[in-house]
Amino acid sequence: MSDASEKKIEYATDYKPLHDGPLKLARGHRIQYETVQGCDVLLYPEGVVQLSESAAMILRTVDGQKTATDIATALMAQFPEAGDISGDVKSFLEVAHARGWIA
Amino acid sequence: MHEGGSPDPVVMPAIKPPLWLLAELTYACPLQCAYCSNPVDFNGHGKTMDTETWLRVLRDARSMGALQLGLSGGEPLVRQDLETLVAESTKLGYYSNLITSGIGMDAARARSLKAAGLDHIQVSFQSSEANQNDEIAGMRAYAHKLDMARAVKAAGFPMVLCFVLHRDNLHRLREMLDLAIELEADYVELATTQYYGWALLNRDRLLPTLEQVREAEGVANEYQARLKGKMDIYFVVPDYYEKRPKPCMNGWGSVFLLVTPDGTALPCHAARQLPGFEFPNVQTASIKEIWQASDAFNRFRGFGWMKEPCSSCPEKEKDFGGCRCQAFQFTGDASATDPVCDKSPLRHLVDEAVSSARSTTVEKPIIFRNPKNSDRHTKKPADMASPT
Repeated sequence: MSDASEKKIEYATDYKPLHDGPLKLARGHRIQYETVQGCDVLLYPEGVVQLSESAAMILRTVDGQKTATDIATALMAQFPEAGDISGDVKSFLEVAHARGWIA
Repeated sequence: MHEGGSPDPVVMPAIKPPLWLLAELTYACPLQCAYCSNPVDFNGHGKTMDTETWLRVLRDARSMGALQLGLSGGEPLVRQDLETLVAESTKLGYYSNLITSGIGMDAARARSLKAAGLDHIQVSFQSSEANQNDEIAGMRAYAHKLDMARAVKAAGFPMVLCFVLHRDNLHRLREMLDLAIELEADYVELATTQYYGWALLNRDRLLPTLEQVREAEGVANEYQARLKGKMDIYFVVPDYYEKRPKPCMNGWGSVFLLVTPDGTALPCHAARQLPGFEFPNVQTASIKEIWQASDAFNRFRGFGWMKEPCSSCPEKEKDFGGCRCQAFQFTGDASATDPVCDKSPLRHLVDEAVSSARSTTVEKPIIFRNPKNSDRHTKKPADMASPT
C-alpha cells in the first residue's frame, strides 16, 4: 500500500540484521483486522500498512517469546501442506525488523 | 478506468475508504506560532462543535474505514472533553494520535489520556533554545514543554518530537537532535515549514536559503546514520527547493479527511481558501455522502481534471500534479500544475518567492497567529504582507 502516512514513516533506517532472541511487536505497534478493507492492518504512530494474509499470519505469531526460528516452526506445524517455509518466514521477519515493525 | 491497473471498466477511479481522520477540535491555542497551518481567517469561522457532534463524527468516519485519528487544533488539550473523545476512539478501534504543543498537559492528564487508551503523542517544539522557542511561540513555554515531553514518556507513550524548521532556527538542528536524544523521543520529525496559512503570510521571513537547507540535510543524515535503530529521524525538505512537487495528501480525496472545529470537511489543511468550492459540513451531511458524493471531494480525484503538462506526464501517478492549494496560491488556478515542478511554465513564480525571501531582512515584522491578527488579515490574507 502506498498511502501518504506510510511514506511519511519511511524513515532512512537501513537494514538491521535480525537477532536470535525473542521477537516482539515494536513499541506503539499493533495489528487488527479491518472489515472495510477486508484485511489485517499494522498500525503505529501516524502510520498504517495493509498486510497480506501471509504477512499478517507471521506478525500475529510474533508474541514477545518466540524467536525467528520458533515462529517458522510454529507456522510450519500449523500449515504442514505449505512445506519448508522457514526461509520465507525469516526473510519477511528481516524486512519487518529493518522497517522497525518488530524488535 | 485507464489508470491504476484496476479491472473496473468505469471512468472514475474507485473511491477508496478514508484512512486518516484529522479532527481539528478547536482553533483556540495558547501559542501564536507564525508558521501555523491553520487558516489565517480562523477567528471568523463558525462555532466550535460540541462533544456529541464530535462523537458522531468519530463513529461515522470509523464505519467508513478511517483508522488513524489525529486529534489536533489549535491546541486540542484546551478541550476538557478530550478524554471522552479519546475513550470513544479507543472503543471504536482507531489508532489515536494527539498532536500537541504540550501546553495544557500535566503528568496527571498524561496518565488519564493513557488510561483512556490514547496510542501516541506528538509534541512540537519551536526551538532547542528557550528564548528562541518562546519568542516564536509568543509565550513562555519552553520549560513546560520539556517537563511535558518527560511526562509523556513517563506515562508510557511512544513519543514523536516535532521541530518546525525555518530560517531563524535551522542552524540549531544539531541542538534539536541532541535534545530529542535526551528526551528519548521514539521518532523525530524535522518538519520544514510548509507555506500555507500563517506561514504563507510570513514566508519572506521564514523561508530558509538553499545553503541552510543543504547544511541541515547533512546534519540530519549524520544523526540518522548514528542513531540507526534507536531513534528514527524524518527530515522534510522544503519543496520550493525541489524539482518535482510533493504527492500532496497522496492525492485529493484519496486517504485524508479533515474536519475543522466548525464541522467543515476538507481534503487537506489549506483547501478552505480555494474559490468556487462549497465544502460540506458534518452537521448537515453524513461522512459517507461527504467522502463519496460531494463535489468538493470529487473535484480533483483521479486524473481527469488535469491540464498540461500534468495530463500527459508519465509521473502524474506518482505526484498527482502536486498540491492544489500551492497551485492556487501561486497561479490563481487550483487545477494548474504545482509550480514547484520544473515542467511547469510558471516555475519562475517559485524562484521569485525564493529571491524575495533572500532579500528580506530580520527587520521585517513577523505576524503572529492570534485572533486579533486573524481579524486584521481575514479579507485578503495572501495580499497583505505586513500589519496595517
